Amino acid sequence: MSSELTGLTLATARDGLAKGDFTSVELTQAHVAAVEAVRPLNAYITETPEKALEMAAESDKRIAAGKAGAMEGLPIAIKDLFCTKGVLTTAGSHILDGFHPTYESTVTANLFGAGAVMLGKVNLDEFAMGSANMTSYYGAVENPWKRKDDKKTKLVPGGSSGGSAAAVAARAALAATGTDTGGSIRQPASFTGIVGLKPTYGRCSRWGTVAFASSLDQAGPMTRSVRDAAIMLGAMAGFDPKDSTSMDKPVPNFEAALDGGVKGMRIGIPREYRMDGMPAEIEKLWQQGIGWLKGAGATIVDIDLPHTKYALAAYYIVAPAEASSNLARYDGVRYGLRVPGQTLQEMYENTRAEGFGREVKRRVLIGTYVLSAGYYDAYYLKAQKVRSRIAGDFRDAFDHVDAILAPTAPNAAFGQGENMDDPIAMYLNDVFTVPASLAGLPAISVPAGLSAEGLPLGLQIIGRPFDEETVLRAARSLEDAADFDTKPDFIAGR
Amino acid sequence: MSLDKATVARIAHLARIHVPEQDLEPLAGELSTILDWVEQLAEVDTDGVAPMTSVVEMTARWRKDEVTDGDCAEDVLANAPEAEMGFYTVPKVME
Amino acid sequence: MTMLEGRTGSWEVVIGLEVHAQVISNAKLFSGASTAFGAEPNSQVSIVDAAMPGMLPVVNERCLEQAVRTGLALGAKINLHSVFARKNYFYPDLPQGYQISQFEEPIVGEGEVLVDMEDGVTKTVGIERLHLEQDAGKSLHDQSPAKSFIDLNRSGVSLMEIVSKPDMRSAEEASAYVSKLRSILRYIGSCDGNMQEGSLRCDANVSVRKPGDELGTRCEIKNVNSLRFLRQAIEYEAARQVEIIEDGGTINQETRLYDSGKGETRSMRSKEEAHDYRYFPDPDLLPITLTPEFVETQRAALPELPDEKKNRFIADYGLSIYDAGVLVAERDTADFFESVANGRDAKIVANWVISELFGRLNKAGKDINDSPVSAHSLGGLIDLIADDTISGSIAKKVFDDMFETGKEAAIIVKEQGLEQVTDTGAIEGIIDQVIADNPDKVAEYRGGKDKLFGFFVGQTMRASQGKANPGMVNDLLRKKLDG
Repeated sequence: MSSELTGLTLATARDGLAKGDFTSVELTQAHVAAVEAVRPLNAYITETPEKALEMAAESDKRIAAGKAGAMEGLPIAIKDLFCTKGVLTTAGSHILDGFHPTYESTVTANLFGAGAVMLGKVNLDEFAMGSANMTSYYGAVENPWKRKDDKKTKLVPGGSSGGSAAAVAARAALAATGTDTGGSIRQPASFTGIVGLKPTYGRCSRWGTVAFASSLDQAGPMTRSVRDAAIMLGAMAGFDPKDSTSMDKPVPNFEAALDGGVKGMRIGIPREYRMDGMPAEIEKLWQQGIGWLKGAGATIVDIDLPHTKYALAAYYIVAPAEASSNLARYDGVRYGLRVPGQTLQEMYENTRAEGFGREVKRRVLIGTYVLSAGYYDAYYLKAQKVRSRIAGDFRDAFDHVDAILAPTAPNAAFGQGENMDDPIAMYLNDVFTVPASLAGLPAISVPAGLSAEGLPLGLQIIGRPFDEETVLRAARSLEDAADFDTKPDFIAGR
Repeated sequence: MSLDKATVARIAHLARIHVPEQDLEPLAGELSTILDWVEQLAEVDTDGVAPMTSVVEMTARWRKDEVTDGDCAEDVLANAPEAEMGFYTVPKVME
Repeated sequence: MTMLEGRTGSWEVVIGLEVHAQVISNAKLFSGASTAFGAEPNSQVSIVDAAMPGMLPVVNERCLEQAVRTGLALGAKINLHSVFARKNYFYPDLPQGYQISQFEEPIVGEGEVLVDMEDGVTKTVGIERLHLEQDAGKSLHDQSPAKSFIDLNRSGVSLMEIVSKPDMRSAEEASAYVSKLRSILRYIGSCDGNMQEGSLRCDANVSVRKPGDELGTRCEIKNVNSLRFLRQAIEYEAARQVEIIEDGGTINQETRLYDSGKGETRSMRSKEEAHDYRYFPDPDLLPITLTPEFVETQRAALPELPDEKKNRFIADYGLSIYDAGVLVAERDTADFFESVANGRDAKIVANWVISELFGRLNKAGKDINDSPVSAHSLGGLIDLIADDTISGSIAKKVFDDMFETGKEAAIIVKEQGLEQVTDTGAIEGIIDQVIADNPDKVAEYRGGKDKLFGFFVGQTMRASQGKANPGMVNDLLRKKLDG
């Protein structure tokens, strides 16, 4: 029974609760056990079983009273970047030691308001900086998938939302929140065989979510089906007057938008995404995706996104620059870690040296440098202009197409410890996800096939601003055609 | 190499991150690699292009001038590593 | 032009000022916490002001309005597009690790302020820009031997930084400029101008040069909190620079602090380390866009400004430039004057307000708003003079009484029987008595000593306890003595 419950989707669990097949408390108990069972993956930083069961009991009451919300009674994991009232919030960093927010982030408040049950806070790269979930102060997260011929090597789940991805893939949560700055939802989704949706910038409030790069950060759902992504996004999204960059637009019924298929839809295939040295299996998967969409009635159009090549470099200026400023507040004065010093300056320098990990320090220093006197124009300003070019490329493309199809990542999950010596090799993981981030566009990764090593690979659909409906509809069509049902090696309760 | 040891020491101080002397050189190397790599942006023609300042095509929304917050010193100080008499405290600042 | 005399000749002092004016608003610039002064530590702090993780700023519309109103009052260009930027530095009372300010694109551009100097010359001081920014919290260093205490109540309160051009040439000009700026801010209600409480603070950039030379190296004197200190600090600093240069030295560009106890400026070495603020547009805030309609609405709602009012007082009431300038310096004073002057002789009213009322208020350390004599009451007193109920000299006594007791003039006059005597018979009787009492003086007068006339007037007035109508006393005395 219990592995049956943890194997459900949000949609099927919701329907089961509505029919009275099981209660939220039963569903949650099964998941609490699953959370314990997947401890070897190190997906959760903080487990909150008591809180989960309390919330589930409340949900059961609301379901009985006919007052169920969109996520009523559904147990999910929360990326530990979202501030949760009274529950330790770490951002995967030593510097937030012992931090218990006195407030609830808008996204989690929205989810809980819709009835969602919190199983705990899941691991991530420190301050969401990473593509392998190797930089967390709370340790690396292991991907529940193994290579077909190598069951020993521990693989990364991708990052930064690696804990979210691992928990969802291993059936230790029905779904999880993620955040995406340059690919942190989509790339781990691709690495773990789940669905990850980065909404349009401004769709989900950033209030109460620990900031990495303010102009890029966007929360989104990580689920096991496209339908689930639609359901969960509907509950997370919405205008928030506390976030000046939140868009005052009504939230459509995303689930209703799933039907209809891609017949007549124009799907763009960007030439520039065919990069030198792209593995043949990625190219093959992409062609497969093109075939599926064409088969479902879409028109395939070759498009140009001429500045794609420069997206990664622009991103690795803009994101560290904003981060260097956003992370200045971690100074040991008002919360988190304080490492003493003889003087105030020493206290600052010791606290931040010990509190931040290596990758965070590297990015803070790069960011500080590119904003410093004499370099601002050459780096930051130039990168923001290149970013305008990239956004312009997409705008032009969307004059001709309704959505864009591309691979999510240039490779499948790799081994823990690989790519660690060369930051740029690590950064290249984001090559296909960063352009949409820079342009603020909605993009989803859908599991589409397996690599030669037997690891999941995702395809990505990118859409127009605030047109998540088209993105979801195209994703649903891909999902249908791919019919991806391979399970990871490590599944809770099995 | 675009960054030397002294520059790394200067930006580390600006960022208030203590970097031990022996780490400056290797860090200068790492950071230089990244900076050399981003140099490729110079190839892009950005004449007459406005820098992207906001992703969403909109302008700032304004808040009404109403007192809706504050009066929560307990929350403000709840996570303080050190506080006394309602103040945060830090090692004495020499003016 | 004011020059500073050194051993090697005359030196010109060049001054530019940065004035930080706290915006009058209920809530802070980017949070809903209160701006009220003097609350318990950290009680007027929201979690946004404390820079808790994930907190975001949302701009307060009143602060934008106030900046635009101030810009309009300074005749300045209003920028329809402006940008908030982050100024990055570490300090314990700066919770975000950056101050949200405006850098390359401020909300207000160039304008000017007309400053009346005592010698009657009007000086134009250019405004470079006005921008909005957050105030920092407060660090208290003397509460404990080893620690500084941090209170964030001020953190995030909205300030306007008003930057002048280096147009001032003396400490007096600088002081008069701040005074005029303060007057304008108070008129439009964008800042209360209270320098003691720190609602208005200024930093002075001072340099010296030989006339006609390029600008010299400047030093910035930080956080001067009174006009007197501003004058002293500039004078000290200019003299210090001249001495160094004349001794063959050079001026280091640096930040200095005015020590009002010692009357000198000294280098703030702690602030000397190279600053690199790494400004960039705040990605949490979108650009501020104002519509021309918004600006016009603000313009239409501005009150009459000090210069307009002064010109009107001169034109409509026939006041002297000096009197008009004194009356319009504070809006409340100008309103008080106008309320009294309505339907009365404005020159007489101006004289009463400036010489009598201001004098007594100053002595009592009171504000026009706490004046024991209301505009209505002062009007009543002036009416009693005008209709000859009391004489001018009695009126001054009555005024003293009014100031003490707050009573109406008419009541005091009645209670004390101070009405002017205008009965010819009664005055003649007094005069007869004075003549009878002073036969010698009468003889001298009639012998040609005209000056003695004043003596008889004085005696008569005294005998009437000041109540006799002075004009009638004059006429009747002449008749009796000369006749």
